[in-house]
Amino acid sequence: MIKLQDVTKVFSGRAGSRPVKALDGITLSVAAGEVFGIIGPSGAGKSTLIRVVNLLERPSSGRVEVGGVDITDLKGKSLRAARRGIGMIFQHFNLLSSRTVFGNVALPLELVGVPAAEIEQKVSQLLDLVGLADKRDRYPVELSGGQKQRVGIARALATDPKVLLCDEATSALDPETTRSILRLLADINKRLGLTILLITHEMSVVTEICRRVAVMESGRFIEQGDVLDVFVHPRTPTGRALVTTATGGDPPEVVMRRLVPQPVPGGGVVLRIVFRGSLADQPVISQLSRRFGTDMNLLHGHLDAIDDASFGVLVAEITGPPAGIHATIAFLHSNRLDVEVLGYVPPSLRATG
Amino acid sequence: MSPQVYALLVDATTETLLMVGVSGVIATVLGLPLGLALAVTGRGELLSCPTFNHVVGLVINATRSTPFIILVVAIIPFTRLVAGTSIGTRAAIVPLIVAATPFIARVVEAAIREVDRGLIEAAAAMGATPLQIIRKVLLPEALPAIILGLTLATVSLIGYSAMVGAVGGGGLGDLGIRYGYQRFLPDVMVAVVLVLIVLVQIVQSGGELIAQQVNKRNLKS
Repeated sequence: MIKLQDVTKVFSGRAGSRPVKALDGITLSVAAGEVFGIIGPSGAGKSTLIRVVNLLERPSSGRVEVGGVDITDLKGKSLRAARRGIGMIFQHFNLLSSRTVFGNVALPLELVGVPAAEIEQKVSQLLDLVGLADKRDRYPVELSGGQKQRVGIARALATDPKVLLCDEATSALDPETTRSILRLLADINKRLGLTILLITHEMSVVTEICRRVAVMESGRFIEQGDVLDVFVHPRTPTGRALVTTATGGDPPEVVMRRLVPQPVPGGGVVLRIVFRGSLADQPVISQLSRRFGTDMNLLHGHLDAIDDASFGVLVAEITGPPAGIHATIAFLHSNRLDVEVLGYVPPSLRATG
Repeated sequence: MSPQVYALLVDATTETLLMVGVSGVIATVLGLPLGLALAVTGRGELLSCPTFNHVVGLVINATRSTPFIILVVAIIPFTRLVAGTSIGTRAAIVPLIVAATPFIARVVEAAIREVDRGLIEAAAAMGATPLQIIRKVLLPEALPAIILGLTLATVSLIGYSAMVGAVGGGGLGDLGIRYGYQRFLPDVMVAVVLVLIVLVQIVQSGGELIAQQVNKRNLKS
């Protein structure tokens, strides 16, 4: 439904300053009905990328295809027609303060000259869909952030687009509201078969509704794949950092401070163990002590589900004879668990409790 | 205050209202589109046209940097051409328009530039034409600020109108100078000042009230 072919975007900048390459050879394919997430730190080029899809930013090179039609060179009337097939919602909602909820949702229909009676009917439907029927005569200033974004969604859907672009749509919302907006988007995706492309800097948004994700940095995709894959096996430092924040961050500072880079005789090792899929249901942990004579001290943990598959992250300290520790790590690996050594702890300062 | 002075005061007030009213309306009709054009033709704006923007900007700056009293006498030939005369209230309206139009243009430009760029982007993403963006987004969103700007312009016009006594324009300012100052009638001076204060108050409060009515950004619930 959305295809980007080797898209680059260079901003020439002011005279004297160096041109900035905001997008550097982006190739992307989003299937119809898919929810695709693009995640990355700020300044990675996400905003530019999503704006290339409806040509709010024209690519410097490369092709943009939406709904099987190459729109890269469209201008004027045909471009506006193409944009009507692509809805967009924004971080700061971008509602007209001078119009009521009804007026805001009606705007895209007014632009194409839909008769008033039809507008009335369509807007009522949309407000029902987003659960704001009772707010139709309110002004944006009277709404909460979540309600404003619902208006934004209703407005974006007014022209029955095939594609919805979400530009950090939940970044200005609190976690609870974020979840409800994401649920609404997931619901719309299922009910209307809408293709959704979203950009965000929050991994939790991606794990909540996306099936596939691309990690972006400095104008490139540095990782791309199923959310669960990227989440469990991030291959880049940026990917890992994003996953870390989504799993509740690193272990507490008090633990991290004790870590030393080299093994200490008689000390323990601190591991990050990622459980995935059905493996999370097996009693791996309890086997360790029995088989290798090692002790496990849990320091930090996170359990979640992506796409109905459970997964978990544990940070644990393993102590015992060196051979036992080695065998433990080997055993975890053999169970196809993702194990990473975070560091070592000296015996005298071992974490307790 | 003698009945004669009272009659003079009524006449002068009428003249002032006439001058300010007519010049204000015409200057708004001219200045509003001009300000809109300035706002949307800037570099990187909706209908970017930097050359036009630059030239119009220069003309406006030139007009605005000329002291009003000099403008009044400098454009007398133009005034005669437009109004058919260079003396009297009718003639005084011409320099008032010439002074107020660029003022209003700048005020409108500033009001429109204040509109959140995200709204323009959202409308463009919906497939709005530039004209639709101006009509449906920029003007309605900037309306409260435009009204406050017009209020400011009107108050300035009341001040300017006091100077057109120089071309026999009449009005409150003229009355104050000729009777209050040159004939040393302090009661006339006081009366003129009081009427001016009341006029400005009414215009200012009225403008603020209307601006508040159309401003949906901070509703009192």
